Amino acid sequence: MNPNDLKYTMTHEWIRVDGDVATIGITAHAAESLSDLVYLGLPSAGDEMTAGESFGEIESVKAVSDLNSPVNGEVVEANTALEDNLATINSDPYGEGWLVKVKLSGGLPEGLMDVDNYEKLVAENA
Amino acid sequence: MGQPADLRRTPLTDLHEAAGARLVDFSGFLMPVQYDGILDEVRRVRTQAGTFDLCHMGRCRITGDRRMEAAQYLVHVNVEKMKQGAIKYSFFARDDGTTMDDVLIYRDEDEIFFCINAGNRDRDLEWMREVAGRYDCTLDDQSDELAMIAIQGPASAATMAPLCSGDVAGLKYYNFYRGTVCDVPAMISRTGYTGEDGYEIYFEASKAPGIWNAILESGKGAGVTPIGLAARDTLRLEAGMALYGHELDDTTNPAEAGIITKLLKHTNDFSGRAAIESMIVAGPTRRLIGFTTDSKRVPRQGYDLCLPDDGEKVGEVCSGSPSPTLGTNIGTAYVRTEHAVDGGELEMDIRGQRHAVRLQALPFYKRAR
Repeated sequence: MNPNDLKYTMTHEWIRVDGDVATIGITAHAAESLSDLVYLGLPSAGDEMTAGESFGEIESVKAVSDLNSPVNGEVVEANTALEDNLATINSDPYGEGWLVKVKLSGGLPEGLMDVDNYEKLVAENA
Repeated sequence: MGQPADLRRTPLTDLHEAAGARLVDFSGFLMPVQYDGILDEVRRVRTQAGTFDLCHMGRCRITGDRRMEAAQYLVHVNVEKMKQGAIKYSFFARDDGTTMDDVLIYRDEDEIFFCINAGNRDRDLEWMREVAGRYDCTLDDQSDELAMIAIQGPASAATMAPLCSGDVAGLKYYNFYRGTVCDVPAMISRTGYTGEDGYEIYFEASKAPGIWNAILESGKGAGVTPIGLAARDTLRLEAGMALYGHELDDTTNPAEAGIITKLLKHTNDFSGRAAIESMIVAGPTRRLIGFTTDSKRVPRQGYDLCLPDDGEKVGEVCSGSPSPTLGTNIGTAYVRTEHAVDGGELEMDIRGQRHAVRLQALPFYKRAR
């Protein structure tokens, strides 16, 4: 169900790497848990991303969650089109629902999961 | 937070699971927080109707010759003036006037029945038992032997009529009678927590699945579905109703909460009366008020409300939600009395960012009658 060419974090973000640019979003599991999305706060192009720190907020009817950066780098582009169409995150979390594109500084950090380990994590915590 | 295995199940939990509900820990019970979508569920209750599993709430009664006196000491309403079949909304207060819970009190022939919040069950029962004892009365906790289900929305009367004995459509608001639902003896009351027309029914717990399914079957044509606790929270907020733990808690006084706004006419003593009336006379220093915001951010408990232009804090949010009915985000807050004015403009602080809000008297929504 989750794409097998992506890396995943324990906090339910996914990363697609293309050269030195990483595209980041939240997984179908995260989108489904949040369900009715009402607000998305994204960084701007040029903002710094620090691995392990919040790079934005996503808000549903019942809760606000931080978006956690899995990487170090600089924001190249934020998907601001989503802000008026948050349902895209639910309907296409790995495609049109991408959140930010980041120019990586340094390689990918340790600790990112492949799809099998991510799906195991989700199953264990269900 | 309890693990799923430690959480209590209601007689309806199996049905919620089968219906694909998302279940969460609510006061130690495994409860359905949503079925299809929170905002859709809110709209459905306002335009059609929905059912609610309320088995987690507490149900108890006081019996004994002096039950009226015992009940009077617990609540602020004039109990001896309540007619047979009447229901009133009230609260349990300490000597210092702070609220322990908000409750519904039912005047029945041989008993006074109470519906109390799930989260305060143990504490309430202990207090009620103590007071009942002072008047040689008995307090029976019926929470496990009785189930409680609600149906709320314009289609409620038509849905319940074929299932209930007696004149369920003609039952007056905040009244109840004992009859049958699907031939099962039940207390049927015209009450609810959504601001819509509807009923709350109490009956033997083992009959819950059959009655739940019968209500959904009866209401199928009108689009009646089960509704989760998240939608319930938004519905009650739109209707301006308090949720204990938010608008009411261990620090709040019924005067500042707007439950009692002037000195009571009756002279019957009740726990907390003197402190509450002192506060009414002196005037509360803060008041509960509603507000709306054009911000996409949802107001949440704990956010500060401040004077405009980076001004100081003058209030704190109790509850907040998007309001599908109003088409904007809404919330409640305690605000310093001098600033708690209808139409007043304040700013909500979310992690250092300020968002404009406009105050308004509750409720946000009142159904057309």
